Amino acid sequence: MIYHVQIKVMPLKDLLDPQGKAVMSGLENLQIQGVKEVRVGKHITLNIEAASSDAAKALADDACKKLLANPVMEYYEIELVN
Amino acid sequence: MKFGVVVFPGSNCDRDIFNTIQSDLGKEVEFLWHKDKDIKHFSTGDCIVLPGGFSYGDYLRCGAIARFSPMMQSVISFAHKGGRVLGICNGFQILCESGLLPGALLMNAHRQFICKNVHLKGNDHKIYKIPVAHGDGRYYANENILDDMERNGQVILHYCNESGEMTSESNPNGASRNIAGIKNKPGNVIGLMPHPERASNPLCGNSDGIRLFEYFEMN
Repeated sequence: MIYHVQIKVMPLKDLLDPQGKAVMSGLENLQIQGVKEVRVGKHITLNIEAASSDAAKALADDACKKLLANPVMEYYEIELVN
Repeated sequence: MKFGVVVFPGSNCDRDIFNTIQSDLGKEVEFLWHKDKDIKHFSTGDCIVLPGGFSYGDYLRCGAIARFSPMMQSVISFAHKGGRVLGICNGFQILCESGLLPGALLMNAHRQFICKNVHLKGNDHKIYKIPVAHGDGRYYANENILDDMERNGQVILHYCNESGEMTSESNPNGASRNIAGIKNKPGNVIGLMPHPERASNPLCGNSDGIRLFEYFEMN
């Protein structure tokens, strides 16, 4: 079975996120008010052929640990869509 | 001492460092293609250089893909055996992604690509004027790692002003503790954001790069 996995990779909460700051100032320039903070990360989708949802998740987790996220600067969350 | 310069798709300082090694340092040097693996003819006294540029288009994260190239597998084992490895700019990012050096290089705090001369202070207390050219050069590691590196003398270059003072104004990218260059614990792997190869010939109007190679004991 093919499992659709969505992965969110975000800069660690304590780290300055210059992209988020730039987007924030863009929103301010557009007079979109009330936004107190913006942080920008990555959204990665994987279609994984696996025997079970647990196996698909484990594979995605391995991919995040080895390549998709760098734990020095990022954290990630994995979500199974189907 | 012989040098090898790894060429990744997107490297763009490979020829500069090659010319510097050959013409300004007067050393033997060869290019190493990223798809090749063979560096058996290099001994641990030799040095493999990871040049500046945008390997693999900086996809995913700077240096994240380059780390998996066949040549990098050989470079990683070479480093583990004590072989000398020097990473400049994108090369520094690749070394951090490979785990050969601690920490990571983040986007400059002010979001701008910077290309200018900066002043650096070494552990030898000498000051070097060397250009930087990067968008993701803000060195970061957690406080424990930074303390540990400072204790071990692993922070080998700090951004400073002309008089050698490490001020926040002289920090071009917001790097933790003004860090511009580090080495691993044994000292055989060095990474730095500035480009000594762009300041190693009197024709460039600045040959402080040569002094930096002397400081690295690569002259």
